[in-house]
Amino acid sequence: MKAASFDYERPTTLAEACSLLAAHGPDAKVIAGGQSLVPMMAMRLARPARLIDISRLAELQRVVAPLQGDGHFIVGAGVRQCVMEREPLARANLPLLARALRWVGHAQTRNRGTIGGSIVHGDVSAEIALVACVLDAMLELHDTSGITEIPAREFYLAPMVTAILPEQCLAEIRFPVWPSAAAHILRGCAFEEVSVRHGDFALVSACAQLELDADERCLRLELGIGGAAPVPLALPEVGAQLTGARLDEAAITDAAAAAADLADPEGDLHASADYRRHLARVLVERVLRAAKEDAMSKARADK
Amino acid sequence: MSDEQLYSISIEVNGERREALVPARLSLVDFLRDTLRLTGTHVGCEHGICGACSVLLDGEPVRSCLMYAVQADGRRVTTIEGLAQADGTPGVLQDAFCETHATQCGYCTPGMIVAAHALLESNPEPAEHEIREAIGGNLCRCTGYQQIVDAIKLAAEKRSVGAAGK
Repeated sequence: MKAASFDYERPTTLAEACSLLAAHGPDAKVIAGGQSLVPMMAMRLARPARLIDISRLAELQRVVAPLQGDGHFIVGAGVRQCVMEREPLARANLPLLARALRWVGHAQTRNRGTIGGSIVHGDVSAEIALVACVLDAMLELHDTSGITEIPAREFYLAPMVTAILPEQCLAEIRFPVWPSAAAHILRGCAFEEVSVRHGDFALVSACAQLELDADERCLRLELGIGGAAPVPLALPEVGAQLTGARLDEAAITDAAAAAADLADPEGDLHASADYRRHLARVLVERVLRAAKEDAMSKARADK
Repeated sequence: MSDEQLYSISIEVNGERREALVPARLSLVDFLRDTLRLTGTHVGCEHGICGACSVLLDGEPVRSCLMYAVQADGRRVTTIEGLAQADGTPGVLQDAFCETHATQCGYCTPGMIVAAHALLESNPEPAEHEIREAIGGNLCRCTGYQQIVDAIKLAAEKRSVGAAGK
């Protein structure tokens, strides 16, 4: 046995889970899929005195697509990554998340790991956290006194440090779905990352979702970079700069340079800060080209 | 250690209901190997990197080192021992691994076969890139993976011939 000794509870309702968290405070830790927490406990980087297993709470398994094609796509925190990977409603409404999930660990870990678990864990290179920030998702935290909402963009404070309180449990993530657009407006997205081996933690990742008109003019752009700052970084200011401009090669290189300037990477054993900044620029170029190509290929498919 | 709380669990392992009292921190792989003496499942890195401990949980491949046995309470687990034929002789995948020399030291083999089994159950005719993706979470330090990919291709062919013959 590698983990330190702990007690285990498996509540049957979210309210019961919140009561347990309130009773035990910082000594307790929520476990869902455990794909990040169990390794940390094996290495004794985490030593919770009590685990509260929320993986079987039906309340956290909701997947609700918006009725009209706009509004919010609701994902229960306990929904497993493999479920979202296969869910046709998610592919249609949240194509960026669907693309990101392919980069998350391996099939074996996606079969256990949850959407909410990855968001709360707060790894700076986590793909799902980056998508939540880029799409400006809203997180719903529950505790015994009620519900607190916090935007994903304000949730991350430092590497592995988030705004969640010890007595809170993430219940739902609401991803905004862009309103359905006129037929001539083209939408595309892309997710790219560089890691030592596929499935490893990303050294740096980048993603983008955009709308173009038939002249390749950018109508809307959200993008961001992971692993290149103390928190997953949405870059709305870079997106706003490009809005209204033609998304040509010059615009793409300028945006990538601006993104790299905003990056604030740390160096470690795996990659220096300079290399991470370089990757941020290269990957933003790649995702902008790929998202544009994704959008334009839809125009060709419609002809 | 003697005052460590024990939890009652009941897990269906390879079709048989197994009940035990375990500490919460006992991983599923330690439960399988040390408590049930099913030592076919190998334990490698013990923190979710190598894939040697892969088992099927309700038919899906998972890492048994990244789960505590208490979390598998009430669930169905299939180990490498459960993938042999009913009379104990090797299954199609196991045979194919022998035929293509896909095992060298053999340490990764049970995990590889479990991952490959899950792939072929959901995708009987996988493309090479799908095979590589399916075993992407399983490390092998001997073969360079080529013979393992060959074995899974061979097993897929044998299974489709077998299915057509029925």
